[in-house]
Amino acid sequence: MASTAAVPFWRSAGMTYITYSNICANLVRNCLKEPYKSEAISREKVHFSVTKWADGKPQKPTIRSDSPED
Amino acid sequence: MFRQVAHRLLSRSTTNHSACAASTIRRPYSTEVSADASSGDSAFVEAWKKVAPNIDPPKTPIQFMEPRPPTPSTLPSKLTVNFVLPYAAELSKAQVDMVIVPATTGQMGILPGHVPTIAELKPGLLSVHEGNDVKKYFISSGFAFVHSNSYADILAAEAIPLDRIDPAQVQKGLSEFTQKLNSASTDLDKAEAQVGVDVHSALNSALTG
Repeated sequence: MASTAAVPFWRSAGMTYITYSNICANLVRNCLKEPYKSEAISREKVHFSVTKWADGKPQKPTIRSDSPED
Repeated sequence: MFRQVAHRLLSRSTTNHSACAASTIRRPYSTEVSADASSGDSAFVEAWKKVAPNIDPPKTPIQFMEPRPPTPSTLPSKLTVNFVLPYAAELSKAQVDMVIVPATTGQMGILPGHVPTIAELKPGLLSVHEGNDVKKYFISSGFAFVHSNSYADILAAEAIPLDRIDPAQVQKGLSEFTQKLNSASTDLDKAEAQVGVDVHSALNSALTG
């Protein structure tokens, strides 16, 4: 059952489909005209905090954010 | 462990020939399962009535679900399209004549009665034809599912009507990424630059074509 489907260029370069899709979506959003562009960019802003755990204890959380810290 | 998986995968395709029934039970396709579960599981309802005849049996989740629209026996005249984005439903159960989607294998036209298909989409033009109107959108990437009951689900990460595209940005992006492609060193950089070139040239041809 060897799969013979041709691998797309981005997968052979190590990119996953989600990364590819997000890059395409960001590029398309950049090419929008003005009022729509700022709406789209503000819609896609994310703000989250990631906490890694080791030995059952949380380590220091890192905050990833697109909005300016105030 | 992996030998078992391979054996099961192989035996799935040769349904009735093998002797051991357990590994070849074929699960029904979703279009074959009867859609109407609104009366609930009859065995459960009977058992409930024996124990608590005066109380209505509780509803199970499947009774709250709308059944899948059945596959009509004659060819339907219209295609029902659900065109959705992560943040909005652009078209929800819209009845149209034809949809042309930018699949990775080329522009694909979907008419009522199209064979069930799953198509991965590349950045390109999606056009929805209804009578004499054609609505065009530029899609960044996504998937199109066509079901046997002439329903088409089109999922895209980003879809913009053509009049919202800024041509100056497109040209700028195209030249920037072509330059990045020439100067890229690692495989990943080359792939990203190639993606940029693909998206911007698709935008370009959508604007001019």
